[in-house]
Order: sequence, then structure tokens, then C-alpha cells
Amino acid sequence: MTVMPGTPQSRLDPEPMPRRDLLGLASLWSAASALLFALLGAMRLPNAAIVAAPSKSFGVTLPESLPAGEAFVPPNRAVAIFRDSEGVYAVSTICTHLGCVVKPNAEGFECPCHGSRFKPDGAVAKGPAPLPLQWLKVKATNGGFQVDEGKTVPAGTRVKA
Amino acid sequence: MSAPATPPPALQELKDNLRAAPRRIFETAFRSGKPTTDRTRSTFIFSNVFLHLHSVRVHRWTLRWSTSMGLGIATTAAFLLTLITGILLMFYYKPYPEAAYQSIKDIHFVVPTGRFIRNIHRWAANVMVVTVILHMARTFYTASYRRPREFNWLIGMGLLAVTLGLSFTGYLLPWDQLAYWAITIGANIAQSPREVTDAVGITGWFDPGGMQKFLLLGSDSVGPEALIRFYLLHVMILPLALMALMSVHFWRIRKDGGLARPADADQRLGNPPGPVYPVFTEAPMKTYSLAAIVRGRTPAVGKGPENTVPSMPHLFYAELGVFMLTTLVCLALALISDAPLKELANPSVPENPAKAPWYFLGLQELVSFSAFVGGIGIPLLVLAGLGLIPYLDREETGTGEWFGGPGGRYVVRQALLVGFGASLAIEAFAIRFGWIREWYLAVPQLVVTILNPGTILAAVYGLYSVWLVKRYRSTRAGALGLFTCFLCGFLVLTAIGTYFRGPNWVFYWSPGDWPRH
Ligand code: HEM
Ligand code: FES
Repeated sequence: MTVMPGTPQSRLDPEPMPRRDLLGLASLWSAASALLFALLGAMRLPNAAIVAAPSKSFGVTLPESLPAGEAFVPPNRAVAIFRDSEGVYAVSTICTHLGCVVKPNAEGFECPCHGSRFKPDGAVAKGPAPLPLQWLKVKATNGGFQVDEGKTVPAGTRVKA
Repeated sequence: MSAPATPPPALQELKDNLRAAPRRIFETAFRSGKPTTDRTRSTFIFSNVFLHLHSVRVHRWTLRWSTSMGLGIATTAAFLLTLITGILLMFYYKPYPEAAYQSIKDIHFVVPTGRFIRNIHRWAANVMVVTVILHMARTFYTASYRRPREFNWLIGMGLLAVTLGLSFTGYLLPWDQLAYWAITIGANIAQSPREVTDAVGITGWFDPGGMQKFLLLGSDSVGPEALIRFYLLHVMILPLALMALMSVHFWRIRKDGGLARPADADQRLGNPPGPVYPVFTEAPMKTYSLAAIVRGRTPAVGKGPENTVPSMPHLFYAELGVFMLTTLVCLALALISDAPLKELANPSVPENPAKAPWYFLGLQELVSFSAFVGGIGIPLLVLAGLGLIPYLDREETGTGEWFGGPGGRYVVRQALLVGFGASLAIEAFAIRFGWIREWYLAVPQLVVTILNPGTILAAVYGLYSVWLVKRYRSTRAGALGLFTCFLCGFLVLTAIGTYFRGPNWVFYWSPGDWPRH
């Protein structure tokens, strides 16, 4: 805004905003909002839409001679599969404390990292693990079973062959 | 008569300039000349972009060995060593799971000098962690965090966090069993807020733990995504952050008037012992003219202005000395002991015992009672407590003095007893009798999270320091007690985690008693 020549101005009149201040404020706010939106966009970057991870579902055939209550651990899988009179079930061997792989033994499972122990059905027998081991989804296929490490089922869910 | 055969003047000039070029290049690069007078000693510093983080003159108190013990400089030196060796390692390192392991193996066994460089990198990183903790302890015990240095203490905490972050991210890079399982545990510690959200039953819609873990790993388990994230943090983001913070840290020391010193430092120091080389040996001028100062003769003979001496050479030579000593220690350690490399990472068989780097083993010991308390709760509490110290202790007595302030040495000695006593007692109890879940299996997790050796220890230390504040009517006394206690707790827990925990995290008196299979 230009000041009309001849218009009397008192020092008490509010000053019109000088062009420089307007420019300054405009650049400040555009910079701040650009930064904000760039940041919001960049925050999505670390969360890939598709998580690169090996397939969680796999098929197994249980050995004929697997005794009831004894764990069968397929190679390179963090899963223990059991067969008893009521059917087949799979228990995740990933410790609910800090993610180590627990080892099946005669009384259930034990964790090498901080000594948690679990009963054969996955219930906590000794801390520090806060939760029981998870039961995983099992499906009977012809001749074998399909286990999905990504899907949990309520403890006690068994599948008939 | 014709003129003698002199070359034309332009050519002669070119020849002269050519001859003078080396000298002139040197002179234009170092415009201040040799630092032989007070004036050139000053320009030597303030005309150099790297050196001018230092002030031109330094108080004699700062140069006393007992003021800083050179610990900050030693940390800087160790960092520079890791920086140089780290860049060299990057020539061979490949950040992809199995290739990473093979490349470290190559560096260790095939690349000429590779093992030596890797060892120096590993040792300098460890030395850096030790010196940064000692440096923090020295600034704390000399009450150097007080006005106007409060914010530099906070910058220092940022430096501590970045230093630990660098060590932790570097730990994964070899992709061996040690690395894989330490990072698996670390990532699950990041997820441990779930211990609380699960117990209250809100994980379904509020899951900060899961978010943190995913952000760190870029996947739900430790794999190639995690390795590249850790690699980027380790070689790029964290070193840059460290360098930026370091510049601010040093600049503020200069702006705060050098290192903290007692109000009566000048009286205590007295006159310099004999002539101080080389500044005060010059004969005093009869007349104290401006010209005298300009020509490098100072009127304050025998006692520089405000009891200071030129940083060049006094401070620089001391720094160089500490620097060389640190290098010597790191090289010696690198020659004596090789950096470890276990078998290739195997995601289905945990290393047993799986141990984090030694400075996290105290936390791992607490984690073995409650993941959330040991991994997130106590560290946050400690960081918040440390950060608040300079803003709660607004007192003035004892600044710049070892164990200065009300209570002083007496409180520290008492706190050593309390700190060691309480941590040893609670650990002995937990090792001998187990903890709540071994007595009542069905106890809710929240009870264990609230009541475990970590929280009890923190509460004992906290109450003791509140009592100190009341007893001495001084926040500083309470801070002295609390800091000392936590230092003792850190030492005890770290020692137990390092030396007395074997397979399945069972207590053993010595690794010789570990079961073999
Ligand atoms: C990478 C880590 C760090 C580096 C390289 C570093 C470096 C330094 C250096 C060279 C000094 C000059 C005096 C001396 O050598 O002691 C200093 C002073 C100081 N540092 Fe650090 N430091 C680091 C971390 C920390 C930490 C963790 C704290 C505390 C939380 C801290 C707080 C301070 C304070 C308050 C001073 C001023 C001391 C005084 O005026 O007497 N610094 N630092
Ligand atoms: S990870 Fe199993 S007890 Fe800690």
C-alpha cells in the first residue's frame, strides 16, 4: 500500500504493513508449511507398503512315529508341532519376552536368553516372559499340514488329520 | 650500442613469480605467520576455521590436569580413530546379510592390515564409551554443569546417546550370531512398551512398541531391511549428528568462558611457577604503549591478562598429548586382542548366552526381570534425571571443584556404600530366591512390571537422595548421592551381566562352571 501524498499521518495511526515485512512473513510461513508437509510425507517412508519377509506359511508332513507330547520342529522354522489323541497343533517357539527362539525339552520349553520356561501348552512356567507362547493356525492338507506363522489361534485349538 | 642480452622484463617477472610460488602458496594458506609472539599466536587460532573453536587464550585453571583429566579430548580422539578406520573398513564392507558376514571375514583374514584396522575400530569404539562416561562423571563431580553451562550439559547427553547408538548399530554389521541375537533382543526391547499396553489391554489400537520396532527393523524380524537401516545409521546419520553436536559442544565451551573454575581460582593458583615458556620470558617494555601490545610484548608480565596463557602452544600441546596417549592405548589393545567374529547368523538357533555389548549388560540384567522396566523405563528415568540436574541444582558453592558442594566427599563415600550395598543386596536376593513369578505363577504381569529388582533399586536410590536433600538442605547433596548410587548400580549390574551370567542367563560364579555340550 502506498501512502497518499498529502494525507496527514499521526505516529499513533496503525502503520500499513511494509512490503518487506509481508515478503518476510510469506517466505517464513511457506518455508514452515513446506517443511511440515515434507516431514509428514517423509514419515511414511520407513513403513514399506509391502513388508519384505520370507513366507510365513509352510507345509509339513509329520513323521509317522511322532510320540504324543513330543515336539517336531521343522528345519529353519520357529514352530513346534505336536500330535496327541485330540489332534495336531502348532506352538510358536518365539519367546514372548524378547524374541529368542525357545527350545523344547521334557517339561515344555526353555528360553536360552533370560531363562523363561513354558509348559508344553505354552503357558508361562517361569518369568520374565509376560505372555504364553502363541498357538499358530494349522490346516490339514492331503497327507500333511499347512502351518501359518503369521496367524494365531486360541490356545487349545487342534486339528484332526 | 645494443643493450646486453637480458631477458625481457615480463619474462623475468614470470620466472621470479614461479620461483616464489611455493612460498606464496604457503603464506596465503597460513596467513598468520609463525606463532612466535602473542599476536601471531592469537591470529594462528582465530584465522583458522578449525582451531577457532578454541579461544585464543586459556585460563591456567583449565590446564590443570585435575580439572578435566583430558577426558573430553580423549573421547574426541577415540571418535576420530573410529572415523578414520571406519571409512577404511567401508572399502570392503557389504551391507547385505550373508555378504556382510563374508566381507567381515575377508577383512579379518584376507585384506592386508584389515584385521588391524578392524581391531582399532572396535577398540576405539569401546574406549570412546568408557571415556564419555568418565567425562560425564567428571563434569558432574566438579559441578561444571552449572550456570551458564546448563545447556552444554544437555548437548553432552545428546552426545552420550549418539555414542551409544553408534556402538549399538555397529554391533549388527558383522552379521554373526552375536550380532543377530543382540539386535533381535534390542529390537524387542524397543517393542517392550507392549508389556504394559498388553497388560492394560490397549495394544490393539495403541501400540507404540510395535511401531518403534518396525521403524527400526523395517520388517518384523531382523533381516536385510534391518541391516541396511542400521548401516545407514551407523555410517551416515549418527556420525553426522555426532559431529554437529560436537561442534556446538566445543563452541559453547568457548562462549561460556572456558572450563568451569572456582570463584577464587586466581588466588588458589598464585603466580606461575617461574617463567612460563615462551610467552612471559620476554623482557617487559619500559613504556606500556599500544605499540608494545601490537608487537607482541604484553604489559602484564608474569601474569597474562586474567591469569590466562595463549592456547597455542599451551592448550594445543596438552590436547595433542592426550590425543597421542589415546591412540597409543587403542593401538596397543588392537595388537593384543582381536575383535570377535562368531559363526554366521542363524535365525533359528539363538546364541547361548546371547549378550549385548558390555555397556548394555547392566540393562540386560534388568531386562531379565521385566523387559519394559529394564529396556525403557529405567533408561528414560535416568536420562530425564540427568537432564534435569543443572536445572534443579541452582546452587553456587563448589563449582569447579571435585566433589564440590554441601556434603561433598562425605556424601559421595556414603552414597558408594548405599549404591553398592543396595544393588548387591537386591541382586543377591533375586539370584538366591528368584522373583515373584517363581512364587506365584498366576500373578498379573503389571505387578511384576511395577515390582521388580530394577524398580525397587531405583526407588531406594531415589528415597536416599531425597533424604540427602532434606538433611543437607541442598539439591546438590541429593544429586551427588543419586549420581553416585546410579553409577554403583551400573557397575554392579554390568559386572553381573558380563561375568556371572551363563547359558539361559543362569548365575555362575565363573565361566568355568558353564555346562558344556
Ligand atoms: C562424544 C561425546 C563427548 C565429547 C567428544 C565431549 C567433549 C568435550 C570436551 C573436549 C570438553 C572440554 C573439557 C574436557 O575435556 O573435559 C567438554 C566439556 C564439557 N562436557 Fe563434554 N563431551 C562429550 C560428552 C559429554 C557428556 C555425555 C556430557 C554430560 C552429560 C558432557 C558435558 C560437558 C560439560 C558440561 C562440559 C563443560 C565442562 C566445564 O566447563 O568444566 N559432555 N566436552
Ligand atoms: S527372550 Fe526368552 S527369556 Fe528373554
